[in-house]
Amino acid sequence: MATHPNAIKEPTFDRVYFAITKILLIALLIIILYPLWFVLMASMSDAQYVNNGTLLFYPRGFTGLGYQRTILNEKVWIGYGNTLIYTVGGTLIGTFCTVLAGYSLSRNDLPGGSIIMKLYVFTMYFGGGMVPFYIVIKNLGLLDTRFLMIIISCISVYNIILVRSYFVTSLPKELYEAASIDGCGNGRFLFQIVIPLSKAIIAVIALYVAVSYWNAYFYALIFLTDYHKYPLQIFLREILLTANQNTADTATDPAAAQMLAQMSSVIKYSVIVVSTVPIICVYPFIQKYFVQGVMIGSVKG
Amino acid sequence: MSAKANAVPSAASAALTDKQKKRKETLKLMKQNYVLYIFLIPSIVFIGLFMYAPLYGLQIAFKDYRPGDGIWGSAWVGLKWFRRFFESPRCWDLIKNTLAVSIYSLVAGFPLPIILALILNYIKNLKFKRFAQTITYMPYFISTVVLVGMISLFFSPTSGFINTIIKAFGGEAIYFMGISKYFRHMYVWSGIWQSIGYNSIIYIAALAGVSPELHESAVIDGANILQRIWHIDIPTIMPTMIILLIMSLGGVMNVGYEKVFLMQNDLIIDVSEVISTYVYKIGLVNAQYSFSTAIGLMNNVINFIILVIANTAANKLTGSGLW
Repeated sequence: MATHPNAIKEPTFDRVYFAITKILLIALLIIILYPLWFVLMASMSDAQYVNNGTLLFYPRGFTGLGYQRTILNEKVWIGYGNTLIYTVGGTLIGTFCTVLAGYSLSRNDLPGGSIIMKLYVFTMYFGGGMVPFYIVIKNLGLLDTRFLMIIISCISVYNIILVRSYFVTSLPKELYEAASIDGCGNGRFLFQIVIPLSKAIIAVIALYVAVSYWNAYFYALIFLTDYHKYPLQIFLREILLTANQNTADTATDPAAAQMLAQMSSVIKYSVIVVSTVPIICVYPFIQKYFVQGVMIGSVKG
Repeated sequence: MSAKANAVPSAASAALTDKQKKRKETLKLMKQNYVLYIFLIPSIVFIGLFMYAPLYGLQIAFKDYRPGDGIWGSAWVGLKWFRRFFESPRCWDLIKNTLAVSIYSLVAGFPLPIILALILNYIKNLKFKRFAQTITYMPYFISTVVLVGMISLFFSPTSGFINTIIKAFGGEAIYFMGISKYFRHMYVWSGIWQSIGYNSIIYIAALAGVSPELHESAVIDGANILQRIWHIDIPTIMPTMIILLIMSLGGVMNVGYEKVFLMQNDLIIDVSEVISTYVYKIGLVNAQYSFSTAIGLMNNVINFIILVIANTAANKLTGSGLW
């Protein structure tokens, strides 16, 4: 293991280590990718291959029947529409309010700011629980309303902390001092100087909020009763998980029931693709921001 | 106060105590920055209504709540609901199930993202590294409903590919979703599959801060890769590890009810009923509001105490913690 000043040769031990870790990493990638690939290929394959398990590496008996069934399903459309409304509404309102709060709390010349911050952080670790929350929502008259679904989780203390740490670490104090000498007030400073400088953090927050809204189902399960207001995830749960038992029960028309039962897995795979593709598609473009968000979060616990 | 100060300027300002001066300063700042308070209004309203208002309702844990009587009007019953919970035969099963699932998740799920980050950190081919990161983060975006849907499809005894493989090797098809002993493994490992990449990001970021010279000189001194990881990389990510560990410990009684609830069925209810799903069913499905609130409150208090203990211990041992 002599050391040469110009080219340090990798010791054998290290080479073996790197080879092993590379194999492990490739194995992990296969474990992660294969289920995703399986969903995609099963969604466009003939039901018989999906059901008898002969589908392994590539789609067989290519067919769009699963997608056809999915697109004809009224529930998918109702769900999609509602989810879009909730996600867009919640993301716009939530991101805006989070930036406002995060900015105010990032200023150390705000009397009471640190107390408000502590009161916010406390809610991350202690809460009233499900029933008291339900009673509050009921008393506010928000049960079964679209408005509730839009605002229900638009502000999270974690996101406020992210924005606040970003402003604390990346906005020089002199910036505000200089602006205020030029007669720029707090409002104008935030909207004309801070926000244009902080597109990255705003993208991160919007992304976090949007993903959580797109994937949320529990609040809808608790607070909604009108199925015209159901988000996509509620219908997905019905199609993917609870319909299991139903298909076996509908034995009134044996031929149709058998056909449906045969198709059911392909339909399920198509539904998964249709519901997940929007998020997965935008993901490569926003990955950078996603990683950035985690890093900002790590700056201060 | 300011009018008085104006009337007798020199004498009054001299007489102003430090406290008064400070108060005056504060008032001035509040006036100057009133816009910042306006900015805070939406989040104060939100957090006030959705986080703090439910705390008022916590008192029904000590009352016999009837919707008609209201929170305040219902009769006090002391610790009746807590006693009922601890006397019920299900109580210890619930606590055991909750702890089993979350400790298993913690023990298996905590080190793996660190190992992944340490492996990725030494991948020299940047393109491959980026590719690996993109792939491993991806499952994080899948919703819980879809994830559980995928599990039930893949592990289905008739059409799932897992059972196809088992059958190919001459085994019998197993109904994984309906057998108690598989529940915890399925819950934990699907969780790891979904979040290993996302959870590794924070460590990758921390590792990127290690200066390359440190590694170079270690190599010259003849340190092998494991020694470098142990003496350079691990100490670098230690503070991050501790903070994340404290946070996970503080949530050890909080098993995410969403996923457990979706994975549950009657066949595996004995191992899959955890405190949070029980609170939901008792409270919102069976309408035993006070009983459910009491169980939830007990759970929250235990969690909070564990968090405080873990944080104090971390502060003492390593000097870093959440607060």
